This record gives sequence, structure tokens and C-alpha cells, in this order.
Amino acid sequence: MQAQTLYEKLWSSHVVHEESDGTALIYIDRHLVHEVTSPQAFEGLKLAGRKPWRTSSIVATADHNTPTDHWERGIQDPVSRQQVETLDANIRASGALAYFPFKDVRQGIVHVIGPENGATLPGMTVVCGDSHTSTHGAFGCLAHGIGTSEVEHVLATQCLLQKKSKTMLIRVDGRLGKGVGAKDVALAIIGHIGTAGGTGYAIEFGGEVIRSLSMEGRMTVCNMAIEAGARMGFVAVDDTTIEYLRGRPFAPGGDDWDKAVDYWRTLHSDEGASFDKVFELRGERIVPQVTWGTSPEMVTGIDGRVPDPAAERDAVRREGMERALQYMGLKPNTPIEDVRIDKVFIGSCTNSRIEDLRQAAAVVRGRRKADNVRLALVVPGSGLVKRQAEAEGLDDIFTAAGFEWREPGCSMCLAMNADRLEPGERCASTSNRNFEGRQGAGGRTHLVSPAMAAAAAIAGRFADVREIL
Amino acid sequence: MEAFKIHEGLVAPLDRNNVDTDAIIPKQFLKSIKRSGFGPNAFDEWRYMDHGEPGMDNSQRPLNPNFVLNQARYRGASILLTRANFGCGSSREHAPWALLDYGFKAILAESFADIFYNNCFKNGILPVVVPKAELDALFGLVEHSPGYALAIDLPAQLIRRPDGHAIPFEVDPFRKECLVNGWDDIGLTLRHADKIRDYEARRRVRHPYYFS
Repeated sequence: MQAQTLYEKLWSSHVVHEESDGTALIYIDRHLVHEVTSPQAFEGLKLAGRKPWRTSSIVATADHNTPTDHWERGIQDPVSRQQVETLDANIRASGALAYFPFKDVRQGIVHVIGPENGATLPGMTVVCGDSHTSTHGAFGCLAHGIGTSEVEHVLATQCLLQKKSKTMLIRVDGRLGKGVGAKDVALAIIGHIGTAGGTGYAIEFGGEVIRSLSMEGRMTVCNMAIEAGARMGFVAVDDTTIEYLRGRPFAPGGDDWDKAVDYWRTLHSDEGASFDKVFELRGERIVPQVTWGTSPEMVTGIDGRVPDPAAERDAVRREGMERALQYMGLKPNTPIEDVRIDKVFIGSCTNSRIEDLRQAAAVVRGRRKADNVRLALVVPGSGLVKRQAEAEGLDDIFTAAGFEWREPGCSMCLAMNADRLEPGERCASTSNRNFEGRQGAGGRTHLVSPAMAAAAAIAGRFADVREIL
Repeated sequence: MEAFKIHEGLVAPLDRNNVDTDAIIPKQFLKSIKRSGFGPNAFDEWRYMDHGEPGMDNSQRPLNPNFVLNQARYRGASILLTRANFGCGSSREHAPWALLDYGFKAILAESFADIFYNNCFKNGILPVVVPKAELDALFGLVEHSPGYALAIDLPAQLIRRPDGHAIPFEVDPFRKECLVNGWDDIGLTLRHADKIRDYEARRRVRHPYYFS
């Protein structure tokens, strides 16, 4: 048999029907649901007199709108509250494999709770009305974001209409230096291939560096695939994947576990499989990354400077850079280490897992945030992450350093709740998007790793975490 | 969904790369549980001088005179001309809902982000990938010819300029058929309900652990 890529294996195992132009009906194993992109889908279903096809595929939680403090007060914003209550009502009516509502101990960011509960498994198709669904690809599954019409389509039919993507292999070989992590790998890749570099592709991440990452690290890399334009990014199954899943609540048990593992071991690209595109990067060459603009591709190393638009020859790109620097309040050629910050956000579906919090805590331990940093926020990805971190004493390390330790949720990654930047405020953020207004109207976002966010909080400006560790 | 066959309309230019869905419709408007009413908040942060929140009377808000879509000559535009990687970022379908509600029926760009591209077809908006050289020419024509309009002929897969020049474009045959006929995807898929049930039954036997 011809050598197949992991993508081809996952794709062909889910084709229900194929049209003459290659558009296929793809079966969906896991449907993650949150409050923002589902109400119109449930309503559409009801209006058409349709019923959900298989509610045991649904895992739901409220994450985007939920507050991260004073839970005893409930959700203060009435519009947010209505959206969360609408999710409650919809899931109550439809049923689900699992629902972790606001304040539940297992509530959290949908892309954190799926994996930690073993609801994301290798070989699955996983969808959610959220672009960062690519995160789940870390488990060797086909996972991608969908719009609300497609949420309704999956609810009604358990399938999606899709065309096969092109395939791209991103190999990161060698090893990462001290203080350099998965987030830096992701940002460095985006810096090289651009935010549209992966458009139309399904990206497989491979190579020694990816193999050596924990599941948390792999999730960070796959999470950012969408910022490189690829709806999905994934990593082949190996011992790390299998050991992570063993014993999780929704992972198979008993004989099913052995049967599953036998199958999962086949979920890798075959030797000699060919990709439409290959991009290679050496781990040693990656330094801690900091974005300087309003697109994740506007990124440089901590040892770099804000670029000068005058050096850009393409007029549309040059104007884009000028607009970005104006929005960001930065001057060309400023050393990144001279950029002072006002706030720090450690959290989001990119970097709110236990390993992320450990990495940040290792930098913070025994130090204090700088006085010019008005707020340093740590928002765990889920109630379980929070509990684990507290068991390890990480919360004490953060609070002793002047950070705020909050309840789980999406929080200041997109500022749908009360956590946000004020106009002009500059933030070192472990989230995934530095778009204009993303963290609050007029807010200025610099994307960094958890360790670099922690280092920035201590220094009050961007600092090279390699010199602190 | 409204069918899309031939659409003729005024063209408005948005000459920048990487217009993201946060810019198209900021997060505070995603709290709505409806599909409609997003038009007045399309491009909210660029379009108005003040900060917008749900429930405001948008007709009373100060417009940003520097935002291109606020120019009188582009009022009533139904074709948006833009650059590379349009619709990147969040998967929010509120973005095409907002564009449609604003009045856009077609978007011409050098490239689109995948999820956004897909979401357009579900809402009767035609996203058209146009080669850079043709786009450059269109930006020039729009700027220098007030009232510049184009006809987009989906059955023929042509953008027709008023000077007779026609730009061919690609679209998946299946998507085209759905859009030309205004078909509901779910209805189409449910014609294959037996196949879905068969597939599901086979998968349940082979991989029972995906069903518990």
C-alpha cells in the first residue's frame, strides 16, 4: 500500500460519502460546544424541527463570558448572563456526554477541558465553534474550528461537508535552548511562514523538538496552527500521547484501552509519505519570541528590535506595518527589551495548562512584579488545572509576587468578560492574537510564552528569560 | 439562504491585508443570541469615533471620517474589495452575518482565511479570490471612478467590469451549486442519512471507545 500521511489516514477513516468534485461528508466523533457560537445553531435546529443526531458526542462548557473573580456574585453583565443561561437551557434540553457549567469544578476553557477529561482521543474528528479547536490535534486527531452554521450542521447530521486539505509538514529538529518553549516554536514558525502560510493546508508538526514536547507543549503548538492560517495542526501519536490519556475520565478502560492503543499506534505518517509542502526549522535557532505588531506574524526575538517599515518594499505590507506601529505606539528600531509594559496576562487556551503555570512560576518564585505593572493576571485554564496548581503551591508563588490568581475561563485573551486592557495599555500576554482591540479597545498586545510573560512582569519591560533562569 | 446568481453592485475598497474577524465584528457584540442586527456594528472600532457596546443607538454615534467605508461615495456598496488573508482569526460567523447585514453580497480578495471563506457560503455571500494584478487594477479603478460598479456572474464564474473586461474565478462545483440554488446544506446532507447511520454502526463496532 502507498505510504500515507497521518492526515490521509484520519481523513479516509471518516468519509461517509463523497460528491463528484471531491466534497465529502465527514463523520464527527466529538462536538465541543460553548456559549458564544452555539445559541443560533440550537435555535436553527429547533426552527427547522430537527433533533440533535448524537448527543453523546457533545461536551459543553461556558468559558468565553464567565467572570474570573467573585463567582459568588454570578455573571454581572446581563447580556453575558443570558448567553450562558441559553447554553444551560440548550444542553439541558438536548443532553450531552458531559456538561461543565459555570462554577462546576471541571469547568474551564473548552480546549483545556476536552483533553484533560480524556474526551479528546487520537483518531477522532473533533470540532467546535471556535478557531482554536486546532489545539486538540496534539492528540493525533483531526480537529478544527467551524462557524455556527456548521455547528448546526453537526448537531443535525453528525457530519460536515468538506474538501480535502493540502498537507504540510513542519519539522522542528535539534533541541530547544534553556528558557525556550512551545510558544516560541509556534511564534517562530508563524514569523517564518506568515499568518496565511498555512491557508488551505492541514499541518503536521514533527521532528525531534516536537517529539520531545509534553502534551501541553504540543497543544500550544497545534493551538497556534490557526494563527499560521491552517485550520488544523496535529502531531503523530506516541508514548507521550498514550501515557497522558491513561486513566482520564472519558478515555477507554479495560479491553477497550488495549484495542484503542493498538489502533492509535498506527496514527502517524508512514515512512516515505509525501506532503504538498515541507518547512524545516532548527530548534537551536529559536530564541524567546515577542510580537511587536497587530498580527502574530509581526514577531521577533527578545534580542531583536522593532522593524522599520521603510525597509519594506511591498506598499500594502509597508502601510500595514506603519498602521501597526502607530496602533502599538512603537518607534522603528526600538530594542524589544526597552519596551515597558502595563499589564501581564497568563492564561488562554494557548497557555493556561499546568505546565504553563509551572514555567511562569519558576520565573516568578522569590521575586516581585515591577511597580509599573498595574495588573499581572494568572487565569488557569480549568478548575482542575487550578486545583492542581494550588496543590503544588503555585498560587502562593504568584500572589506573593503581586500577581492575581483567578478563576478559570477565556478571560483577557478576548476580553468578553470584565478582564480587559484600557485604551493604550500595553500587555505581555500568553494568548494567541495581538489583533487591534482584541484584549480591549485600544489595548496593545504582545504575544509571548508564559516564562517570558513572567519575566516581563518582574522587569516591568520585556526581558530575556534566559538570563533570569 | 438567499440564492446568488448574478449580482451587480457598487464597490467599496478596504485596502489592507489581514483584516481579522475581531475587526469585522468586535467581541462585545458576540454576546447576542441572534443571527441578525450586526450590520451597524460591522468594523465598529474603525467606523466610529467612540467605543461601541451592544444596545447603543448607532445612528447617534460619531463616525470616523478617515474610515473609507464612511465616505458618501461608498454608501450602499454591496461588493467589498480587499487584500490578502481577509477574515483571519476567530471562527465567529458573526463576521459574515455583520457583512451581510451591512449590505455586502460579495467580497473580492487576494486570499481568504479558510474558516471565514467557508462561513460566507453558508450565508449567501460569495467570496472571490482575485489575482493580485487584477486586484491592483480594480483598486485603481474604484478610486478614480466614483460610482464604480461590478457585475459578478456566478454561473459563468466571471467578474465583469464596466469596460467589458471579464475576470474569471474559481469556485468548488458543489459550493457553487448550493449557492446558485440557495440550498440548505443540512437538508442536502440528510438525504444521505442512511449512509451516515451505516457508517456510524460500523464505526461503533470497530471503535466502540469513541461512543462511550
